[in-house]
Amino acid sequence: MVAVKNKIELVCPAGSLPALRAAIDNGADAVYMGFRDDTNARNFPGLNFDEAEARKGIDYAHDKGSKVLLALNTYPQPQHFERWTQALAHADSLGVDAVILADPGLMQHATEHFPDLRLHLSVQGSATNLHAIAFYHKHFNIQRVVLPRVLSLRQVKSVIDNSPVEVEVFGFGSLCVMVEGRCALSSYVTGESPNTCGVCSPAKAVRWEETPQGRQSRLNGVLIDRYQKDEAAGYPTLCKGRFKVKGDDVFYAMEEPTSLNTLEILPELMKMGIAAIKVEGRQRSPAYVKQVTKVMRAALDHCLQDPDNYSPAADWVAALDHVSEGRSHTLGALHRPWQ
Amino acid sequence: MKLSLGPLQYFWPKEKVTAFYKQVEGWPVDIVYLGEVVCAKRRELKLEDWLEVAEQLTAAGKEVVLSTLILLEADSELSRLEKICSNGRYSVEANDISAVHLLDGKNNFVAGPHINSYNAGTLRVLHSCGAERWVMPFELGQSTLQRLVAEKPAALETEVLVYGRLPLSFSARCFTARADNVPKDQCELRCISDENGLPLQTQEGQELFTVNGIQLQSGVPCNLLGEMDMLMDMGVEVARLSPEAGAMDELVILFRDVIDQKYSAQEAVDIMQDRFAQQEWCNGFWHEEAGMNWKEHQLGA
Repeated sequence: MVAVKNKIELVCPAGSLPALRAAIDNGADAVYMGFRDDTNARNFPGLNFDEAEARKGIDYAHDKGSKVLLALNTYPQPQHFERWTQALAHADSLGVDAVILADPGLMQHATEHFPDLRLHLSVQGSATNLHAIAFYHKHFNIQRVVLPRVLSLRQVKSVIDNSPVEVEVFGFGSLCVMVEGRCALSSYVTGESPNTCGVCSPAKAVRWEETPQGRQSRLNGVLIDRYQKDEAAGYPTLCKGRFKVKGDDVFYAMEEPTSLNTLEILPELMKMGIAAIKVEGRQRSPAYVKQVTKVMRAALDHCLQDPDNYSPAADWVAALDHVSEGRSHTLGALHRPWQ
Repeated sequence: MKLSLGPLQYFWPKEKVTAFYKQVEGWPVDIVYLGEVVCAKRRELKLEDWLEVAEQLTAAGKEVVLSTLILLEADSELSRLEKICSNGRYSVEANDISAVHLLDGKNNFVAGPHINSYNAGTLRVLHSCGAERWVMPFELGQSTLQRLVAEKPAALETEVLVYGRLPLSFSARCFTARADNVPKDQCELRCISDENGLPLQTQEGQELFTVNGIQLQSGVPCNLLGEMDMLMDMGVEVARLSPEAGAMDELVILFRDVIDQKYSAQEAVDIMQDRFAQQEWCNGFWHEEAGMNWKEHQLGA
């Protein structure tokens, strides 16, 4: 039996107080959350925390021995820079366990004004290699990096072997096919992107229409997909639409609707020495958070006990597929042929 | 204001690349960015070949900058990056923060458009590492630029892309290979036959994006010819055009003529619209709207 380097932190999404409780009650070691504005990359209507709710959530988590990580992972522009620095000040006074940042200007501000605040580099920071991680470590003393979902398993290992900081990887959830922090598809079509506004393919730009050719989804007027009668319609995220590239063939030119699921390779990730595994989905319901946290907790516990005899239970896989986009899953870039 | 030619985004055969830059020697551009920025598998030109092109452009009076890859994952990609950053002769355009790390305190560099420079704090960090110029990220608009030009370190020059398809996103996946239903491992470098990328259309035939290997670009070129007066007034030091197959020389000359005040921006736009009557453009990001939008230049605006 190969010894496991560390206990792995299970980091779960908290888009609301009920989701936060669901995560912690079902075995999350940490939750991540954001304030109710564009300072975080899930700036969706009805989500996130005002200061009073954040206080409640943090108390609940800390009472149960869980950590709270606060995402401030959009890129502030000069007109509104103070909103982000104030958010940092709030995070500091609330006593969060770490802030998850992407913007170098904001990291610089944090190191100058809140030297005791622990910094994690967000996936939106696009650090895909050891030199990039070393930069953020050297200048801002980041303690953890969240890796973009574009690396193969071998590349993840190489990063971990050489990284001066802890490495967190995505374990389950909706899948960005693009390098996070470097995608302006959404702002090209709607004027708002993850970097600038904390949104991708924002709901306010979505329009559904019933036509003789079928049900159609549009994003700011642009046709994203058209569904036949028996087809399940998905949210019109730009990169998951069906388009034409050569001739009249209509296909998922970028990515089919599917979710990342790493159950199959947990022992490998564990042996590589990942510090934390993250569940995507702050925009999802408390029921989703409960279900996914439960399965991931069980899987991690099994895997920690006996990684060599671990295999994902059929009911875990089924439970996760049930809440997956397109009801299907993939290893994404971790699995070479996907690329 | 200086005029620059950004790094070539497409994969062209070696002969086409060298013939293109041979022409550039005679064009009225001041700065030329060279090198492969999109995909590490594109190796028609090795670093030595690019350096040869650089040599010739330097002899023709151009300032040459070596551009680095945008998405770096494999160790082989990092060792190529290290070679470029330590070339000892030419300035480097850092397109990933890893390049900034390698250049930090050692060589002056250009912070490319794929370094997310969204505020003055970030520009100060980059400048302290040795950046002497920054290129505005493509999704930013005029009021942010105005603030950044006012708040940035004085010695840090500003460069803005004024013409070309906008690189909008990058992936581990190759969309050119995917369009032919083959995995990236078996791509056979098929993007070499798409000299300006592949148009990606909606089911209604709208040209939404351009497929260029692992990169997606805007469906139509960004065009800020009509905004050149404003860019010059703001004190932007460098205007960048992105190379494409076609009448690149004519485009370069039009922008040059506006800088040299041979034409007003409005006159130049009229000439361009006559000459390229079928071409569509976008400038929405500049106007702080959806990037794909196009706003006609308004006289006196």
